[in-house]
Amino acid sequence: MALTIGVPKETFAGEKRVATVPDVVEKLIKLGFAVAVESGAGAAANCADDTYRAAGAEIATDAAALWGRCDIVFKVRPPSLAEVALMKEGGALTGFVWPAQNPDLMQALAAKKATVLAIDCLPRMLSRAQKMDALTSMAGISGYRAVIEAANAFGRFFAGQITAAGKVPPAKVFIAGAGVAGLAAIGTAAGLGAIVRANDTRAEVADQVKSMGGEFVKVDYEEEGSGGGGYAKVMSEGFQAAQRAMYAQQAREVDIIITTALIPGKPAPRLITAEMVQSMKPGSVIVDMAAEQGGNCELTVPGEAVVKHGVTIVGYTDLPSRLAKQSSTLYASNLFRLTEELVKTKSADPAAGSFVPNFEDDAIRGLTVLKAGELTWPAPAPNLPAPPPLKAATAPAEKKSAHGHGSSGPMPVQTLAVLSVLGALAFWFVGAYAPASFLGHFTVFVLACFVGYMVVWNVTPALHTPLMSVTNAISSIICVGALVQVAPPLAEAGGRPDGLILALAVFGVGLTAINMFGGFAVTRRMLAMFRK
Amino acid sequence: MTESLTIVAYLGAAILFILSLGGLSNPETARRGNVYGIVGMAIAVLATVFGPRVTLAAGLPWIAGAMAVGASIGLYAARVVKMTQMPELVALMHSLVGLAACLVGFASYIDTSIAYTGVEKTIHEVEIYIGILIGAVTFSGSVIAFGKLSGKIGGKPMLIPGRHWLNLVGLLVVIWYGREFVLAPDIATGMLPLIVMTVIALLFGVHMVMAIGGADMPVVVSMLNSYSGWAAAATGFMLSNDLLIVTGALVGSSGAILSYIMCRAMNRNFISVIAGGFGTGEGAKPAAAGAQPAGEVTAVSAQETAELLKESKNVIIVPGYGMAVAQAQHTVYEITTLLRGKGVNVRFGIHPVAGRMPGHMNVLLAEAKVPYDIVLEMDELNDDFPDTDVAMVIGANDIVNPAAEDDPASPIAGMPVLQVWKAKTSIVMKRSMASGYAGVDNPLFYKDNNRMLFGDAKKMLDEVLAALKG
Repeated sequence: MALTIGVPKETFAGEKRVATVPDVVEKLIKLGFAVAVESGAGAAANCADDTYRAAGAEIATDAAALWGRCDIVFKVRPPSLAEVALMKEGGALTGFVWPAQNPDLMQALAAKKATVLAIDCLPRMLSRAQKMDALTSMAGISGYRAVIEAANAFGRFFAGQITAAGKVPPAKVFIAGAGVAGLAAIGTAAGLGAIVRANDTRAEVADQVKSMGGEFVKVDYEEEGSGGGGYAKVMSEGFQAAQRAMYAQQAREVDIIITTALIPGKPAPRLITAEMVQSMKPGSVIVDMAAEQGGNCELTVPGEAVVKHGVTIVGYTDLPSRLAKQSSTLYASNLFRLTEELVKTKSADPAAGSFVPNFEDDAIRGLTVLKAGELTWPAPAPNLPAPPPLKAATAPAEKKSAHGHGSSGPMPVQTLAVLSVLGALAFWFVGAYAPASFLGHFTVFVLACFVGYMVVWNVTPALHTPLMSVTNAISSIICVGALVQVAPPLAEAGGRPDGLILALAVFGVGLTAINMFGGFAVTRRMLAMFRK
Repeated sequence: MTESLTIVAYLGAAILFILSLGGLSNPETARRGNVYGIVGMAIAVLATVFGPRVTLAAGLPWIAGAMAVGASIGLYAARVVKMTQMPELVALMHSLVGLAACLVGFASYIDTSIAYTGVEKTIHEVEIYIGILIGAVTFSGSVIAFGKLSGKIGGKPMLIPGRHWLNLVGLLVVIWYGREFVLAPDIATGMLPLIVMTVIALLFGVHMVMAIGGADMPVVVSMLNSYSGWAAAATGFMLSNDLLIVTGALVGSSGAILSYIMCRAMNRNFISVIAGGFGTGEGAKPAAAGAQPAGEVTAVSAQETAELLKESKNVIIVPGYGMAVAQAQHTVYEITTLLRGKGVNVRFGIHPVAGRMPGHMNVLLAEAKVPYDIVLEMDELNDDFPDTDVAMVIGANDIVNPAAEDDPASPIAGMPVLQVWKAKTSIVMKRSMASGYAGVDNPLFYKDNNRMLFGDAKKMLDEVLAALKG
């Protein structure tokens, strides 16, 4: 008997999403499962019963019939206690569960000896898990929808325009928190033509903000805010003060604020105070995406849009549901990927009708919060190194400073030590055996080498050819050596082959003169060509 | 002029030389840097001629005569040389410095007017010996480099079997004769070791440069530049002249740094280059190395190239030695102005070892009046290729070879290259499908987004220009 996947109608008030769509039903059947859908489950998301039927699903007339006979239930919202009561003893459930927030629900499920895979507990750091990451896909939709809600409440264009009737300034949008939702909001708002700024306590997202078309606003305070797992952490007092100042300033300047700041397991941070709302221009809009966790804005009323101090504050908690078709499709494919993974890891065997989560697999282990009624939450952290913080931001900077300045980074200590010892030995040797007159010249020589070293590193690569021709011209200083041999004053000392030396020296002077004049002239000619 | 005045004048000259090199750090100040060099040189020469070491009455006519002849030859050469021939000219001039160092060394040895004794004599003789050694290597090496650069000698590396042993034996002989030379009781007996050493040094210089392939010439030219500096410094020690020491050291370290930069740009070992034993592994490897790139080569016409350029927003041109050979820089400039006039952002990406000497491409583009602020280094624009619509490669090959990054087995693996394949389209102008100097096939040519424009660079660019105008 094949395992049956059941998709009930969501019972939460106003919830329009459905846990699977007809396209995905087909794929689930191909994997070997049977699928049952409650009548009218997809109606609000534009999926009629007939389309499910056409895809091969059975249509169950009511919730009781469905819950009672299905081995695995696909849900969107956490089930109500009434729904749990309908559940088959020892059955399985997948969907958003939020075990931390819903202890009662967990107890009820445990009593039913249920196996529960909480999609919200997915270890998001596993790259393999990304295809199942429903939080990400829902957050992306929320970010998009938040901008749409803002545009709806905002009385002006987003894009600046110059029309025959006059100039329209572009809307300025500030987005607090550049997670998935924030980035989606940045992209959407920028796409509509607004000027978008964004801030996040995690400095490494600055590049992502820029890549989506936003401008990253820094808080004027040094602290790293990455709390692991792609989430932010609670910041220090000093940082929060600097952050408040920055938000206050943004509130005065921008037309629309979209807040997405969430810290896992904690109430949402209060970023926007009543005074800041007051300081905003009349007609401005705030969309508080953290409304469900208490809101980032003091004046937010969760689930409603209110107007305070002339500012519309949108606190809807059902943003993904407002885009039911899109979010259902994405959520359904997330669950499908999860089902695929279950089959692959032999957690579920549709043919044999068995379902036991395979704890060898990090992703499945993380998801499983109840195994046959036994609490397995929270899962131990998967063995994954934390992402190296700030790497992305600092690496290019380092590269820049190294460029054109030869020595990239300091020498390894060992090399340095060996070189120092060798250098010291060489100096000792010279000092021990050489006469004083030589040492004077030696000092000059070594220092000149260092000066040359320091000076030449600054030469821009574009000028390497002129550098070579000028150094070549300068090296004809050897002329001086020839000059002093032409006719030294001590010539009458006797025994000196004057004629021969004179010939050699004059020839030498001639050669170096070619070099001297030619070298400088050609350098001049070259440099004259370099122009801006 | 007194001894002290001369020394102060030398100090002034040395400072001016340092300022001169410092001035080259950017094109704005470079011209002034050259003037500093000229002034410094003038001060040094005048201070010497009118200083206590030269008797004016006897010396001036000779000096003036030799200077006049040398100056006219030098100025004439500087006027007629073509910018594409700069590497040859520079190499030839290095040889002059080397030869002069030899002459001064011999003259100093046979000069008995200044007598040294004991350790000082030994040191003085060692200085002469080393000065002539470096001078001779610089001289013969530069002459061969000149021959190779001007095409009078084939560009292929000439490899004598057991050449490293040969070099080692040469070195031992040089050291042995050095001992003989220092121990020689008088000039006549010392002459033989000195001459034998000079001959060996000359042969070594020839051998060293002969063994180096054409693509490595930038390193050779800057290395010889460095050697000529060391030769001047050694002469300075020989004559107890601090100005020569300082200037020689400046030039020597400047050349050494340049060769180091070049080596790094080609991912080669600096030490093996200085020793003169490099460019050898490549002759044998290419056949065995790396997977043969597979795929179709797509050719385009000049007309289509012009269309592509016209429709793009960002264009990066990557010139190589092929542009220099074809003398195509002026046409490149015209295309650039035309495209910039249409609002296309045209920039140039210069690989550190493009061409035959450091900065060769920059000089050529400057000659063609391309503004230097759109001529960028590899590091400056390598990240911009993904945003580039068309990357046009003119007569370059190894410096745009993706195998250097992707294929660890490739002989050029690890060499930093311009990532033209990341551009939306890359166009490679080349005479044929032949491989570059490193002898490595280029997978770039087979990429889906790459187009080949076969033919002489100048002719093809002229056609592109005509199509752009039309």
